[in-house]
Amino acid sequence: MAEFNLPQNSRLVEGKAWPKPAGASKLTEFKIYRWNPDDTENPRTDTYFVDREDCGPMVLDALIWIKSKIDPTLTFRRSCREGICGSCAMNMDGKNGLACTTGIDECGGTGKNSGRVAIYPLPHMPVIKDLVPDLTRFYAQHASIEPWLKTTSPAPEKEWAQEKGDREKLDGLYECILCACCSTSCPSYWWNGDRYLGPAALLQAYRWLIDSRDEATGERLDNLEDPFRLYRCHTIMNCANACPKGLNPAKAIAEVKKMMVTRQV
Amino acid sequence: MLSESSMRTPLARVRGLGSAKSGTGHFWLQRVTAVANVILTIIFLGVVIALVGKPYPAAIALLSHPLVAILMLLFVVSGAVHMRIGMQVVIEDYIHGEGAKIAAVMANTFFAIAIGAACVFALLKLSFGG
Repeated sequence: MAEFNLPQNSRLVEGKAWPKPAGASKLTEFKIYRWNPDDTENPRTDTYFVDREDCGPMVLDALIWIKSKIDPTLTFRRSCREGICGSCAMNMDGKNGLACTTGIDECGGTGKNSGRVAIYPLPHMPVIKDLVPDLTRFYAQHASIEPWLKTTSPAPEKEWAQEKGDREKLDGLYECILCACCSTSCPSYWWNGDRYLGPAALLQAYRWLIDSRDEATGERLDNLEDPFRLYRCHTIMNCANACPKGLNPAKAIAEVKKMMVTRQV
Repeated sequence: MLSESSMRTPLARVRGLGSAKSGTGHFWLQRVTAVANVILTIIFLGVVIALVGKPYPAAIALLSHPLVAILMLLFVVSGAVHMRIGMQVVIEDYIHGEGAKIAAVMANTFFAIAIGAACVFALLKLSFGG
């Protein structure tokens, strides 16, 4: 059965409440997931207060502020700080997104987290440390759909030609930055991520299926023709809701299913 | 089964035993029976409403009419098929032990066929004046 209870050593406990910075006029409370592989402690949630007068507007600004000013051990990935690298994907205020493009004020908090910003790593992935998930399998799934142009015709002297309309079919697909917000928001991926490829890999699969220059469409469809790889998508739509780039993986998956039916019926 | 040893590469694990080369038939049948069920359920409800408060002989008379009987048989068969494949998806989603999964999928098939056969038998018995 799907496991709904965490093992004893994975249960989350209340962590340290760090003191409020002195002399700050506007404070925001952050509750952040912490786990260190180098000790035997359970994961915990630490509480930090960020001086908003001294900090940028985005959640990533606050994380960097905390790391610089309060707790240098806080661990997270970040790189471009402008929503193009996908490194800082995490779960903020109960929703997956990029810390660099999510405003602190967008995270209102509800229930027991009302008035504070709760931050966790991407759901249902092994945690390496704190907010850093292990995305090895996620990347292998992307590799398994062979995300490159496949042709058997002799290569043209210049580029492979493509009509304008065919190029436009790639819009809404090529923008994916593989941040894993969609796949890790998908319950079907949580329960069957070992066999279901997940929304990100399937959106990429469709990006190559619909590419007019590609000559391996049938072979690509054969590779996806599977009750788990493709058909675990039950159009829950969390993927489209989570995507920080505004893409719609669920629609791409539906298009793949349509191609599957078209070649049979 | 292939080993899940940590020394296998991530790609080898993702590729696993390869694509099953099936799934679309299942997906399509679920859609076809869903469309059939929309129509057949409305007819079924119509039959039920028509029989509200009627005595048993009136029910037999209506249900033995060839058109009504055939539509009710189709309703039962389409419903049972849809129920079976829908439940199979739920089992595959949530039951992860290979043995338990195979047993559940099998039990699900037996249940759907048994329910379908019982309903078909009841309808035929009514129609042919058993």
